[in-house]
Amino acid sequence: MLILECPYCGVKAEETELHAGGEAHLKRFGPGSTDGEFHDYLFMRENPKGVHFERWRHANGCGKWFHAARCTMTLEVFGTYSAQTFEPPQEIRDAITAKRPGWTWRDLK
Amino acid sequence: MSTRLAKQGRLIDRNKQIEFTFNGKRMTGYAGDTLASALLANDQMMVGRSFKYHRPRGLVAAGSEEPNALMQLGSGDRYEPNQRATTTELFSGLSAKSQNHWPNLEFDVLAINNKLGRFLTAGFYYKMFMYPRAAWKHVYEPIIRASAGLGKAPDKETKDADTYEHFYFFADVVVVGGGVAGLQAAKAAAASGAKVLVLEQNAYWGGRAPVDGGTIDGEAPEAWIEKTRAELAAMDNVTLRDRCMASGVYDHGYVLGYERLTDHAPGQGGPRHRLWRIRAKQIVTATGAIERPLSFAGNDVPGVMLAASMRDYVVNWGVTPGRKVVVATNNDDAYRTALVLHEAGCDVVRILDARNNGGGDLMEEARQKGIRVECGRAIAKVSGGKRVKKVAICAQNGTGGAQEEIEADAVAMSGGWSPVVHLWSHCGGKLNWDDAQAHFRPDAARPPLGDNGKGFVVAAGSADGEMALGPVLVNASAAGSKAAEDAGFPAKTVAAAAGVDSVEAPMEAVWLMPAQADIGLRMKSWLDYQNDVKVSDVQLAAREGYESVEHTKRYTTLGMATDQGKLSNINGLAILADSLNSEIPQVGTTTFRPPYHPISMGVIGGEARGDIFQPVRKTPMYEWNDTNGADWEPVGHWRRPFAYVNKGESVHDAVNREVKNTRENLGLLDASTLGKLVVKGPDAGRFLDMMYTNMMSTLKIGKCRYGLMCSENGFLMDDGVVARIDEDTWLCHTTTGGAESIHGHMEEWLQTEWWDWKVYVANVTEQFAQIAVVGPNARKVLEKLNTAAGGGMDLSKEALPFMEWRDGKIGGYDARAYRISFSGELSYEIAVPASQGLAFWNAIMEAGKEFGVMPYGTETLHILRAEKGFIMIGDETDGTVIPQDLNLQWALSKKKEDYLGKRAHLRSHMADPDRWKLVGLETVDGSVLPDGAYALGEGINANGQKNVIGRVTSTYFSATLDRGIAMGLVKHGPDRMGEVITFPGTDGKTYEAKIVDPVFYDKDGEKQNV
Repeated sequence: MLILECPYCGVKAEETELHAGGEAHLKRFGPGSTDGEFHDYLFMRENPKGVHFERWRHANGCGKWFHAARCTMTLEVFGTYSAQTFEPPQEIRDAITAKRPGWTWRDLK
Repeated sequence: MSTRLAKQGRLIDRNKQIEFTFNGKRMTGYAGDTLASALLANDQMMVGRSFKYHRPRGLVAAGSEEPNALMQLGSGDRYEPNQRATTTELFSGLSAKSQNHWPNLEFDVLAINNKLGRFLTAGFYYKMFMYPRAAWKHVYEPIIRASAGLGKAPDKETKDADTYEHFYFFADVVVVGGGVAGLQAAKAAAASGAKVLVLEQNAYWGGRAPVDGGTIDGEAPEAWIEKTRAELAAMDNVTLRDRCMASGVYDHGYVLGYERLTDHAPGQGGPRHRLWRIRAKQIVTATGAIERPLSFAGNDVPGVMLAASMRDYVVNWGVTPGRKVVVATNNDDAYRTALVLHEAGCDVVRILDARNNGGGDLMEEARQKGIRVECGRAIAKVSGGKRVKKVAICAQNGTGGAQEEIEADAVAMSGGWSPVVHLWSHCGGKLNWDDAQAHFRPDAARPPLGDNGKGFVVAAGSADGEMALGPVLVNASAAGSKAAEDAGFPAKTVAAAAGVDSVEAPMEAVWLMPAQADIGLRMKSWLDYQNDVKVSDVQLAAREGYESVEHTKRYTTLGMATDQGKLSNINGLAILADSLNSEIPQVGTTTFRPPYHPISMGVIGGEARGDIFQPVRKTPMYEWNDTNGADWEPVGHWRRPFAYVNKGESVHDAVNREVKNTRENLGLLDASTLGKLVVKGPDAGRFLDMMYTNMMSTLKIGKCRYGLMCSENGFLMDDGVVARIDEDTWLCHTTTGGAESIHGHMEEWLQTEWWDWKVYVANVTEQFAQIAVVGPNARKVLEKLNTAAGGGMDLSKEALPFMEWRDGKIGGYDARAYRISFSGELSYEIAVPASQGLAFWNAIMEAGKEFGVMPYGTETLHILRAEKGFIMIGDETDGTVIPQDLNLQWALSKKKEDYLGKRAHLRSHMADPDRWKLVGLETVDGSVLPDGAYALGEGINANGQKNVIGRVTSTYFSATLDRGIAMGLVKHGPDRMGEVITFPGTDGKTYEAKIVDPVFYDKDGEKQNV
């Protein structure tokens, strides 16, 4: 069971408290989008061996959604941060770069 | 023969005799015996038959790695199969039965498989039973299942009589293993002040050291062990648990401990097993090492045993498996067994050392004692059937032409030692191949990583690949210090105890004995006793193209089941590597998975069984319902009355009575479980317009609207009535099961997509009791209450019209009344504070007597709504149904630019005119359609199955209409009104039903709007 720190209430919690919520930083496509855009938004997901960005909810805690950057292979956690952002903050990216130089995820580097 | 010795046996108490039975035969042992040692003391050499060939099998080991001695223990509600004799402590009255034989252990019909062995090779089942395909299910599988398999599963009706519990623990350092390495590591870690937990799987401390000899700090190991254990026990920051095995290491320092509290003392009371759920900052695996068998022909004959295990039986329990013993080895450790046997008065007839140059000091000692040692020699074959009788000897470097045959009744074998790396590996720790010792050992540079990216497991002692006593203690002390330091405690150097034992010569890898054994010998050389895998099987798999070790494992079953690579792993890998002309490190290991050793199902469940399996949610009227005939139905965690059954009445009768009474007089429904979400804020209307398919922002204060919710995929997920409370407040009713999930769904969108919108959502479901007052007399009873209270809310049609709500007093209670109807009758759903729910319910029941009031349950709720053609989430929907399928286009706003599901409904399959659509179904003969039945179409599909054109989603007997009514989804259904279609039932009957309008009752809706 993974341990993540909830960036809102500041406690370290494990998966009995946390619920995983899939890939982070999805851009929503609604009416007006093409079939391709909408299909990709609904179904196409990253499946990396390495650096990944995910959504989690402190479901049995403060109830807040947040983001986590972690390594799917070693389970190392690079950091957690607010769900209310379109992309990972610089300090998270720096933390990843320090540990995984040359990392990429979607079009992030 | 195997027998109890006059001396030795440091773990047994010869003053306490214990009686037990094996296959119904009475036997005796001593306190401190394991079932295995007691069986040996009673000359019970044969303990079971093998899985596939039904060959006679005896004890091979003395610990959890034992592959053969799986027993069925106990009876009735304490029966348990597949228990290892070696890890079962003897107690008075223990009853054990051997497994895998028919009709009995001594004579077994399927031992014929042994003669057919050349046909039962690897992958035999896959190859043999492929055709004809139908035969697998009806002929092959039942026969194979009856003859294979281990112990019998317990009777499904019998409930486990014991109790179990979970226990949570947090530690800075968990030390797994209470041998000398574990104790030394714990001492080092505890010295820093860290909170240390030490888990030892056995009932005694010290592991192998007292058996293996040498000295620690100048004393016998036992003295140091007891002193150190006592020191640790006296420390406030140390917890010691024996009979507690660490079964698995999981992500980020999670450890499961399996404590067996009363297995050795049944009837003592308290839980039988305890599951320790431990969070550790650091874990030290001081799990020791397991000896490997040697692969020679007949290495599975009862009496052939691991050398160190044989030593354990002599030293720990004072039993010897034989009087005339041959020792075969490729390392010095087996000489210790020879010396112990010699000391105990047994005849060590020969030591066969596969190494040309033999061993070191221990070999000299053996020779001095007069034991005959032959170097460069090997066992060609052991013969004897049910116990060892003869051992044929040959040169190790040859094909097995026997040069000599000697009589013996036991064989001690040692193929070297493999560190127990399971716990290190469970969570991703990597291994290195150590060529000198021919084993995999943990690579300290590649440990499993914690959330901080740093290693959280440290291997110590033999588990780290150190095999001599001195280096084991030094290594373990360093491991303990490192673990404490990595857990955040200042480093404190603790001098390791000084261990001294004999100087050993290097071992030499021997993967096959003799090295060029011919096929006849290889077909009798076992790699995996438990799964009956031989050298020839792995070689065959390699020839057939199984190059990956993971594939070979599954094809041959090598190392599967409870063995989990304990005994068979390295020997099998070596044979595979050799067959592939590769090296062992290139072939690699299979994956180690928890549990290390099987744990009971009971302990996994813990306390969660029976009445406390899960929490039950109760409405304020729960007790009243319970004492008034409620036939309970679980709905999520709630319990709701399915019906209120009167004395002498069937549930079906009760439902029919409730339906008719509600339509004709007055019914009360405890609707408190319905989800109630308050959505509030300046952007609440805009937000609800996104959540619901219909427009909620335009709803007038004081009014209600039925709304649909779709997922972003377009599928219908919930429905309910929404009420506008004030300018920026809405109250959303959800389904009973949806309250928490829809609340979560709203939060998700608010927090992750529209986080700048000013909206709060609060789940107030449990704050209110809600009662549906339904039927032609609904208004009368409420007005009577108001009259009695001297006034209250105006409940007339004009003051409170259909689909509106009002706050006020009813019968003196603070109430919010909604004029909504899920039954088609005149109906008020009235919410009162939860604390007043029962009193309000009682008041209506009392006042309603003259109006024919009766409570009704969920089944009547369902029938009333089905008569009206109202859909039910979970019946008409199943996660693949969209509103259009249910003819609910009217609830899809055309004015709104966007809402969840809108874009999805434009996808081609969603707009497909061939989608099955909602219709009513009436059986031709008035009977009730089977739920879930499929409607037959024309012809067959590509798989040869009959085409189907629809299915039943809801079906009931309607007491109102005195016939069966149903709803279903049918292809082109609404265009086929009046057509009769057929539904084959699972009862062999075929049902014919006419497609009709789904509204069966009061089509114009006049009754609800009065």
